Amino acid sequence: MGRRDEWLDLPADLTDDGVDRRDFVKVCMLAAAALGLPAATGVKWAEAAESGLKPSVIWLHFQECTGCTESLLRTSHPGLGTLILDMISLDYHETLFAAAGHQIEKCLHDAVEAGGYICVVEGAIPTKEDGIYCQIAGRTAIDILQDVGGKAAAVIAIGSCASWGGIPSADPNPTGAVGAQEILPDKTVINLPGCPSNPYNFLGVVLQFATMGTLPALDDEGRPLFAYGRTIHEHCPRRAHFDAGRFARQFGDEGHNLGYCLFAMGCKGPETYANCSTLHFNEVPDAWPIGIGAPCFGCTTKGVGFTKPLFQEAALPPNYVPPIHPSDQRGPITPGWAGVVGLATGAAVGGALMASKKLGEGETEGS
Amino acid sequence: MSMDRRTLLKGLAVAGAGAVAPVEASEKYAEAPEDAVGMLYDATRCIGCQACVTACKTANNLPGNRYNPPEDLSGDTKNIIRLYEDADESSYMKSQCMQCIDPGCANACMIGAFKKREYGIITWDPDRCIGCRYCQVACPYNIPKFQWDTGVPLIVKCELCNHIIHDPDTGTLREGALPGCCQACPKEAVIFGKYTDLIEDAKQRIAERPENYWGPDGEPKIFGLTDGGGTQVLYLADLNFEKLGLPTLGDEGTAKQAREIQHGIYRGFIAPVALYGVLGLVMWRNNRAAKKEEG
Repeated sequence: MGRRDEWLDLPADLTDDGVDRRDFVKVCMLAAAALGLPAATGVKWAEAAESGLKPSVIWLHFQECTGCTESLLRTSHPGLGTLILDMISLDYHETLFAAAGHQIEKCLHDAVEAGGYICVVEGAIPTKEDGIYCQIAGRTAIDILQDVGGKAAAVIAIGSCASWGGIPSADPNPTGAVGAQEILPDKTVINLPGCPSNPYNFLGVVLQFATMGTLPALDDEGRPLFAYGRTIHEHCPRRAHFDAGRFARQFGDEGHNLGYCLFAMGCKGPETYANCSTLHFNEVPDAWPIGIGAPCFGCTTKGVGFTKPLFQEAALPPNYVPPIHPSDQRGPITPGWAGVVGLATGAAVGGALMASKKLGEGETEGS
Repeated sequence: MSMDRRTLLKGLAVAGAGAVAPVEASEKYAEAPEDAVGMLYDATRCIGCQACVTACKTANNLPGNRYNPPEDLSGDTKNIIRLYEDADESSYMKSQCMQCIDPGCANACMIGAFKKREYGIITWDPDRCIGCRYCQVACPYNIPKFQWDTGVPLIVKCELCNHIIHDPDTGTLREGALPGCCQACPKEAVIFGKYTDLIEDAKQRIAERPENYWGPDGEPKIFGLTDGGGTQVLYLADLNFEKLGLPTLGDEGTAKQAREIQHGIYRGFIAPVALYGVLGLVMWRNNRAAKKEEG
């Protein structure tokens, strides 16, 4: 991160005392730019942070691998330090907390009491056997989520596990793992599926809420439309190869080396709704599965990721294909019809001959 | 290959002789040649990506691409994927030359521009073609297309990428070479191979998943096995082939039917004798009448 900040002419650590307003606004503007938002939004974020309007965030971990947190740790616009110290108030996060035991539970309790916080859920919630498969401080994941999530100003489910069950819910789903929305049916849960979820999609939602107090427009599965409105296939950098019929057939073959379309190897891009193809991970160009030559696994889409076999071809979305018209077919030409047409033609020709003969005679008589 | 006067006259002489004493071509085209190659299109595997349409244009150096997709076979489209759709069923369908075992186009072509050649591939020779377009009328599948919009029009139809798969110097098939469409297909919905192997493959697919394929009376059907005298391009589908735009032909090729009519007329030289006999009679009568008037 340090090196990258040097390229961008930014101080290595914004938490140093030496950070001036100018640098801070610059970071916020970069973050806004990374999300495709106007620079003015970045200025608003900076202003919001400066005026002490840092939203409280409670981050709950359930059945998961912490991959979404790890991914978030590796963003640099803004870096995590900037994010949790200057932009949000991260009041509870099991991976990042220095404290432990009763101390941390007290923090959680206090933050919940204070209210107005954003509840971030990472991981699926086990429901079998009354949820005993995931317990923290003697409480089951269901209890914790109903308590913390129920009182939250906004609930964000980060990652596929929290969005719809993810890996823990894969067949045979021994713990009865479900997403956060199923535990909080009356609450609007913003789902940010992905394995891991792209940290910028998360930051975009959090910072929009922090700055403007609004939430992004969602689709019918609770996913922000700005990130999950289109399939990966629609903006895939390898799309031209798909359209031209240039496919990699197996890892390491000529087509694979040349960066051809991975569809024939089971790429799920055509049925996976996410913005991976336009927003790569952690500001590293091509840092996403298709970018490094691996077929998309469909991790963001329920019923695709962790469900369909990796190398099974994806279903294509409806596409324009010219129709077959029944009128394209030739009508039945029977010998009978051929005869009728022949007779009609013959009669016409004969009639014309006779007529012209008579005309000719008339002319001779007249002259 | 350009044609000089000598070749043309020779061709006409041969054609004339053929008309007088027909070689029984129907027997020659009763079965696919031993080395025949072809394609197998399985509509149940096709996903409608149309990669084959673009690949065909690339392979044959024809204008147009995926961003300006053709609607039908045309003067610059040799291969097309189209969709059949009604209330409860749908299927993609590929159209290109069927490489008939007994081709109507070659039968109708008066000058031999259409020929069934090595490996049973039907090719078209631009240097022979006189542009009569009888081939278009003779094809039961409505395949050969005429370039209406150019000054020097060509007949355009799939030649199974003969220029790619066939080495004219050695006369053999190029190792591993595939027609453009078969190269491109990501689902192996269309495959290229020896005709006999393709039939085996199709039969095996039917044996493995008979419920997936359509056939009259529930008996899965390979289109082209016998239809129209047999075609070297075979089809499998889960819908009635008529809905997919293929005609219902008997087991007899249209070329054979046409030959039977034509050859029937000339059988035993009866028709010319009768025609010239009648003409002679008319002339004799006219002459006699004229002489009487003079006399």
